[in-house]
Formats: sequence, structure tokens, C-alpha cells
Amino acid sequence: MRSTVEPAVGLQDFQCRQIAFKLGIDPALTQSMVRTLQGCYRAFREHDATMVEINPLVVTGDSRILALDAKMTFDDNALFRHPHISELRDKSQEDPRESRAADRGLSYVGLEGNIGCIVNGAGLAMATMDTIKLAGGEPANFLDIGGGATPERVAKAFRLVMSDDNVQAVLVNIFAGINRCDWVAEGVVQALREVQVNVPVIVRLAGTNVEEGQKILAKSGLPIIRATTLMEAAERSVQAWQSDSIGEPKLRAVK
Amino acid sequence: MSILIDRNTPVIVQGITGKMARFHTADMVKYGTNVVGGVVPGKGGMEVEGLPVFDTVAEAVEKTGAEASLVFVPPPFAADSIMEAADAGIKYCVCITDGIPAQDMIQVKRYMYRYPKEKRMVLTGPNCAGTISPGKALLGIMPGHIYLQGNVGIVGRSGTLGYEAAAQLKAHGIGVSTSVGIGGDPINGSSFKDILQRFEEDDDTHVICMIGEIGGPQEAEAAAYIKDHVKKPVVAYVAGLTAPKGRTMGHAGAIISAFGESASEKVEILSAAGVTVAPNPAVIGDTIAKVMKEAA
Repeated sequence: MRSTVEPAVGLQDFQCRQIAFKLGIDPALTQSMVRTLQGCYRAFREHDATMVEINPLVVTGDSRILALDAKMTFDDNALFRHPHISELRDKSQEDPRESRAADRGLSYVGLEGNIGCIVNGAGLAMATMDTIKLAGGEPANFLDIGGGATPERVAKAFRLVMSDDNVQAVLVNIFAGINRCDWVAEGVVQALREVQVNVPVIVRLAGTNVEEGQKILAKSGLPIIRATTLMEAAERSVQAWQSDSIGEPKLRAVK
Repeated sequence: MSILIDRNTPVIVQGITGKMARFHTADMVKYGTNVVGGVVPGKGGMEVEGLPVFDTVAEAVEKTGAEASLVFVPPPFAADSIMEAADAGIKYCVCITDGIPAQDMIQVKRYMYRYPKEKRMVLTGPNCAGTISPGKALLGIMPGHIYLQGNVGIVGRSGTLGYEAAAQLKAHGIGVSTSVGIGGDPINGSSFKDILQRFEEDDDTHVICMIGEIGGPQEAEAAAYIKDHVKKPVVAYVAGLTAPKGRTMGHAGAIISAFGESASEKVEILSAAGVTVAPNPAVIGDTIAKVMKEAA
């Protein structure tokens, strides 16, 4: 059963009655059901929820409608106006890698593989994961460092990815629009000097100021494996991971 | 022709005094976009990059004849700015802002229904990289140099993945008529279907490239539309084959929460509608080149 709410006027009582009748609820309890449904809608609207679920909803022997359990999810983008909801966050229920990422303002999802990913843009981050898989590897994470990625942000991303013990190679894939490749390259160099990264690092830069970015990487003297296309980056990451894991770290040399 | 913007479209930037807005305003002017001013409430009379700043969009429209607007306003105020643009008679608005509450966007969509369809502002975004008609005008934050002028229309939810496609096309010497970012939010101004319709009607667009991802019903809607209404060849790529279910992958809208929202299901639905699907993101350019060769 589906009922569509007109956002300008909100959920109407007649819609609630329709739902109550279709559910076969005792007509004597219709008003009570209307109140329950209106309550759900109010909770949804007033707290910027993305879902309100009652399961199970019961009619008691003395004819009351009761929610025995409920689940709500909230719009992350609206938490700024609901500090009381942010306070309900329970870090013990989260993947510790994801908690650390959220605290640093990075968008991260932990996965099972061993090639860490640092990418700008959600779509490109997913595409990078897909390409790693295609090249024969498994991504360790989704990580979108967002637009306007400063060197500090890249360094944070490295710390985060390296905190996952499963990571055996790191692929940095940046297509610069808002952010510029020279910034990103500086961030990579800075991060590799600050953070202990003992696995192969593959960097693919494209977009704005790509030449300057490449120069910074080359001049750094760091063992960074460079790639120009997405496929090349994924293949080199898988190669580097495979040769590194069998004790042949020669691919770490600068190409 | 191209769609949505061309060389002459007069553009204003809402939130022009911000650091990012300044940077990209300068970049758009350099690209050749006809930027005529900016809007920041309370900062009317200022100048940014040599452009006049106005207190309201209505005043900016009156004084400059602006027809398009680019919104860089922070998330808590962005929905309000979009509605202000619609009210002031702006014809086309691109909202770059990432992080607008979904319920604010519901209000924006509802507000825009005040206007009859032929007078209603077209909105793309939010949470997008913007729109570019290469060689003509850039309304957004993309690096202009990666696009050649040509006949492929690009529409996608992701900014950087759209850049990836454009760069792959450039490597093949293939150009773009217009590239439109519809954004990564669950509730957006224009859908794939809306933009596909414009590309189908545009003489400069010969092939359409559609870049989707997991989450939401828009790719399936587009597939149904393509099957019945689009005669031009469509090439698609859907990101997120390796994405787990029930997790938000960066974009607020990129979450598999219902049947038909995974990448593999979308690939199936699009293929069934006659769309050529690029099997991986590294061959978007190759696939389009092949389709163009076959069509020629």
C-alpha cells in the first residue's frame, strides 16, 4: 500500500483513514490509527528523517494501538540543525575506520580487500574500486576526499587508509576540478614524509595543473609509482600489491 | 546549438564573495563565459573580479539581464537561494553546493511548481560540477581544458567521473556538445530523463553518454524513456559494481536500498532498453568511439 504526501500541505487525515481501512483495523480505532500515522509523519518532518519504521505495530486486547519497536534513519546533511540527534551517535556500533573518517570529515566505507583507495569524487571513487576489481584486485575501502582537497586533507586520508591493517598497496586517483593536481601532489609528498607508509603507493593525477603535479611527485625522490590512465593505475596497483606481497618490492622504484 | 547554455548566456554567481566562488568565477570568465555579476545579501555595491555584486537576485536580473545563475551558497542557505533565483526570473540555475538537507530540496521542487512549465526555471544539481558547452561557456567548477568541442552529449551524477569520460573522449579526438552534471543528491533539479530529452532535440548532439551510479530510480526511468523516445545512440556506464548494499557511497543518493538500484541491475535495465553499456570506466571513451563509427 502506497500513499503519496503532498509536501506543501503534509499528510492528510483522509490518507491515514484510507491506510487504516485497508489494513483492516477495527473501525472504532480509526482515529487512534490516524494519530499514530500523523505522529510518524511529524517525527519524519521535524527531525529530517529519511525513514521512520514501526515494526511491530500491535492492537492490544484493550483496543489500544501500540508501537512495540521503531527504527529511524536521519539525513546526515540536516544534522547541523538537530544537535540532539548527533548526540545519539554511538561509536561503539560503528566500524572504527569509519568513525575516524567521519571525525575527520572524510567520506569512507570500509571493505574487505587490500588495495586502499584515495579518490576525489564519489562516482570516480566507485569507478576506481570497480576498475581495481576488474584488474584482479580487491578494494580495501571507498574514500572520497571531496573537492577542495588540501594537502592536509590528503595527509589525513593516508593516515586513515594506512590505519587499516589489511591495506597492502595504496592507489591515489585524483581528477582535479575544484582541487588542483599540484596541491594534491604536495599533499601526497607531505603525507608520505609524515605518515609511515610501508606499502607501494600508486598515484594517478589528471585535470587541472597536471604537469606541475607530476613534477612535484618526480622531484620528491619518493618511491611513487605513477600512472596516467585509470586502467593503468588499477593494473599497476594490483601488480605492485602482488609483487610486494611475494617479497619483490622492485616496483616501488620511481618510474 | 548546445543545450542549456551558450556563448551569450548572461550569468550571475550567487555567493560570489566566497573563496571557491571567486576562484571559479575567474576561471569561468577566462573560459569565455559571459559572467555579468554576483549576488550576496548585504554586500551589494562591492566588486568581485571586476564584477558588480548585488543584494538580491531580482536586482541583479534587472541591472544585468542575467538569465543563468550559479549557486555557491553554503548548505543551510542554498535552498533559499535557488528559490530566490526562480522567483527573480532566472531561466537556468546550476547549484554546486553539496550537503543540502533532502527536505529543503523537497521544498525547492514544490516551490518551483508555482510556475507554469514554460516559465519554470531549469535547475541542475545540487551537488554537481556544473554544465559546460565546450568552446562556448562554462557554468561550474570543471576544468575546461579537458573538453573538446563536438557532438557527444554527456549527462552524469558524478563530477569527476564525468571529467574522466571527457578526458577519454579527448584522447580519441572526440568532442562534447554539452556536458551536464545532475548531481549526486537523492532529490535533484533535473533527472537523466529531463536532460536526455534536451539532447534528443539538440542538432549538435549526435551521441549521448550517460554516467549513472548505484541508488535511486533515475537510471531505470531514463531507460524507459530511451526505449520509447530517444533515437540517438546512447552509451552508458554505471559506477558501483563493487559497492556494498545499504551503504551510502559518498553521494547522499548513492545507496542501494531497493530492488533495481544496484549497478548490475541498472546495467541490465539499460541494456534491455537498447543502451550500449561500457563494461568498465576505463573504456567509456572506446565504447563511444565504436558507437560513433558504427553510426557514421
